[in-house]
Amino acid sequence: MFFKLNATAGQALYLQLMQQIRHATESGALGDGDQLPGIRTLAEQLVVSPNTVAKAYSELEHEGLLEMRPGSGAFVSLNRRGRSLAEHVSSARQRAGDLIRELRDEGLHDDEIRRVFEAELLRTPETARRR
Amino acid sequence: MIPAPVIQTSQLRKAYGKFEAVRGVDLCVEPNRITGFLGANGAGKSTTIKMLLGMVKPTGGGGSVLGRRIDDPGASVEMRRHVAYVSEDKRLYGYMTVAQIIRFTSGFYPDWRKDVERDLLALYELPPDRKIRLLSKGMRTKVALLLALARQPQLLILDEPGDGLDPCGVEQLLESVVARSGDGTSVFFSSHQIAEVERIADNVCILDKGRLILDATMDDLRQSYRQITLAFPELPAESEFQMAGVERIRSNGHQMSLFSSGNTEAVIERARTLHAMSIDVTPVALRDVYLQTVRAR
Repeated sequence: MFFKLNATAGQALYLQLMQQIRHATESGALGDGDQLPGIRTLAEQLVVSPNTVAKAYSELEHEGLLEMRPGSGAFVSLNRRGRSLAEHVSSARQRAGDLIRELRDEGLHDDEIRRVFEAELLRTPETARRR
Repeated sequence: MIPAPVIQTSQLRKAYGKFEAVRGVDLCVEPNRITGFLGANGAGKSTTIKMLLGMVKPTGGGGSVLGRRIDDPGASVEMRRHVAYVSEDKRLYGYMTVAQIIRFTSGFYPDWRKDVERDLLALYELPPDRKIRLLSKGMRTKVALLLALARQPQLLILDEPGDGLDPCGVEQLLESVVARSGDGTSVFFSSHQIAEVERIADNVCILDKGRLILDATMDDLRQSYRQITLAFPELPAESEFQMAGVERIRSNGHQMSLFSSGNTEAVIERARTLHAMSIDVTPVALRDVYLQTVRAR
């Protein structure tokens, strides 16, 4: 698996890593039972603090997407909840894609669309679902 | 339970005659984390570090490192057995060869990591038989790092470790620091290389003119700090935006630029009620945070 974290993206690195792992399971790049590198190994690969990887793994374990086995590392666990979430996200992506195509057809540039999305996400009050 | 900090200071001060190098610094560095210590040249970083290590006597305040008081010479010696320090000037015995200084240093430390020594010798491509005084500045830095990292210290203090290293050297340095952190070593490193700190630090402290002006987690900086640019048909008074989280306001023509350390939602809500024509929110890099925080003073 290749992950790429952006130090200046305005998002905590552990959240970026969580998203990329989630995305990999949604796209099929990571399947049920697949093993992820150990915390130390991945931290050295990405040249980030081991705490970043540890936090991402532990949050994903909490969500039920990863299973931590002491001594042998992290394994992807696509239980029913994980699968339904994956389907939900994939349908959301389709709908967002449709909307973006529509806005592009109306002549908006990608930068403008991105700013609209970001501003709207910030405008709606933070909810418990935001992670 | 909150783990005991590895470094703690309270109102730490150092004056050289009339010049106050460090003016009342309260540090609290958590264990098992990588903490970046940023500041311009002359901000007081090295003086602070030397006080932590008992090499410079504070003129006020106090502190502890690994639970041992920094102003107690006996405790300080004991503390130094568990702290590895790479100084700015990387002073080493010039007459020894690389292999000799490694053998000499390793003799003092029962926990010496032979595997780390071997790995770093290879990674840093150090010539074992060359005398230290014949090494380039970058090579000497690498020797000093090897000696510090192979000791398996509880706390690693690095003062401007990246100075004199080329980009590959800096990358190797960061990798080595991350690896030692993975072994459970707490890291406190000073730098004016913001990009280095930004990549690997969990926490960042910024020192400016002898004062600690920021102490935050990188997660918090990334998630909360924003640059907000607003455009209005008619510019409202800046006082409308003097609210929690807004650190700096600048107005120019129809535009207003805000630097916020949080509370972005409330700022946007205020902008809407004031009929902003456009609201542009962008994340800020550590460089922006640094410049904005230092300039705001």
